[in-house]
Amino acid sequence: MADMVKVENLCKNFGDFEALKNINLTVREGEKLVIIGPSGSGKSTLIRCINYLEEPTSGKIFIGGQEVTRKNHREMAKKYSAMVFQQFNLYPHLTVMENLTLAPMKLQHVPKKEAEEEAMRCLKRVGLEEKAKVYPNQLSGGQQQRVAIARALCTKQKLLLFDEPTSALDPEMVQEVLNVMVELAKEKITMICVTHEMGFARQVADRVIFVHRGEIIEEGTPEHFFTNPEHERTKEFLSKILH
Amino acid sequence: MLNGLLKANRWNALLEAIPEYYIPGFLMTLRTAICGLLLALLLGIIFGMLSTSRSRVLKAISRVYVEFFQNTPLALQVVFYYSCLPILLGGTGMRIPKFVLGLMGVGIYHGAYISEVIRTGIEAIPPGQSEAAKSQGFSYLQTMRYIIMPQTIRIIMPPLANQALNLVKNTSVLAMVAGMDLMYFTDSFGSSTGYFAQAYFCSALMYFIICYPLARLARYLEIRSMRQPVAKVNMTQMMEDSINV
Repeated sequence: MADMVKVENLCKNFGDFEALKNINLTVREGEKLVIIGPSGSGKSTLIRCINYLEEPTSGKIFIGGQEVTRKNHREMAKKYSAMVFQQFNLYPHLTVMENLTLAPMKLQHVPKKEAEEEAMRCLKRVGLEEKAKVYPNQLSGGQQQRVAIARALCTKQKLLLFDEPTSALDPEMVQEVLNVMVELAKEKITMICVTHEMGFARQVADRVIFVHRGEIIEEGTPEHFFTNPEHERTKEFLSKILH
Repeated sequence: MLNGLLKANRWNALLEAIPEYYIPGFLMTLRTAICGLLLALLLGIIFGMLSTSRSRVLKAISRVYVEFFQNTPLALQVVFYYSCLPILLGGTGMRIPKFVLGLMGVGIYHGAYISEVIRTGIEAIPPGQSEAAKSQGFSYLQTMRYIIMPQTIRIIMPPLANQALNLVKNTSVLAMVAGMDLMYFTDSFGSSTGYFAQAYFCSALMYFIICYPLARLARYLEIRSMRQPVAKVNMTQMMEDSINV
């Protein structure tokens, strides 16, 4: 299968701090990759670099075989990737429906009627079709995140990026979001997901990578991580989050 | 004084002076205020956006504009445009029309304040909003137009209205350069007749006629925009930033 994302020698510095040190990573089309690691390890920076929300200090990123550069990153975002954020980042001044249709209508020039039909289909997939007309602040956190996922789906992207999508949620809302993500994972879409939800990782991930201090120090199947992680730091991390 | 205030002949003189003094003055002030406000908004939006951009050069340009015009008196600026600008423009003896003087004066001056209002409004919107827009492929201007500005407007409406009202009232400095505005005609009528009480009373009423509907309009827009939710913002910061003239 073709490569969806290819990261070559990626480095990212914030001032003197090296957030990412020479990362190399390939994600195949349709693959579900889960990135784990302690906070401050650089896993969010990595996913944000792929979406060009952070500009790499050095190294290259390819999506669908095409290099993402400062010049074309907006085109690439339009064409390939959609991101789901920890803080949802829905547009609060727009209704749920408008949140979903804004990008298709303004960026891809989809006619309003078509965009709304597609939006309804996406809302159905996350089980919120009855919420189309309300504003985001009238929804619970879990519902907001499901809308954010629907918004990502609505642009029909081939690559979905999740940056700790359940970390800002109340515990009882985590499951509804994970359920939606598990359903999505059954499709061909490529998913890269930063998360601490190991149950989810086990259920959907084709591959898990462990990031520590800006480096990928271990990678393998979820089974590998659960049964015999090799690296000391990985063992320590997993023992903490698996209780 | 109170005697003079009640004398009927003085009020009659005022009534007679209205078509000749107050109507042209009122129209001039109104025209200057409307065009000046449009100029101020335009400058405010441009420089407000520049000051939130990533480029240090653009930020610096905006800073210089804001600091220079906020920290020098409006009266001085207008007098400068009146007496020095024609010389700087070539010194052919050409005079800048009074209307242009007025709209430049209040437009550029209040543009600096409005720029600050808009900057703080934009900065009050959480960065996640821009990130979400960027991740969807919106350009900077599209992000401003569809996502940031609609949320900013609600927050900046009260300080913006404040600026608009001050702008109307500040057109009165035009009188210093014989601006043919309301204040100029008021002074002119007052000093030619000596009926100052009547002169200023009528003038105040006319400024009120412009400002009061504007204040109501601003209040209406503010209430209407309240119904639109925005991302959580730091209101205390906004309040501090919007304290101005």
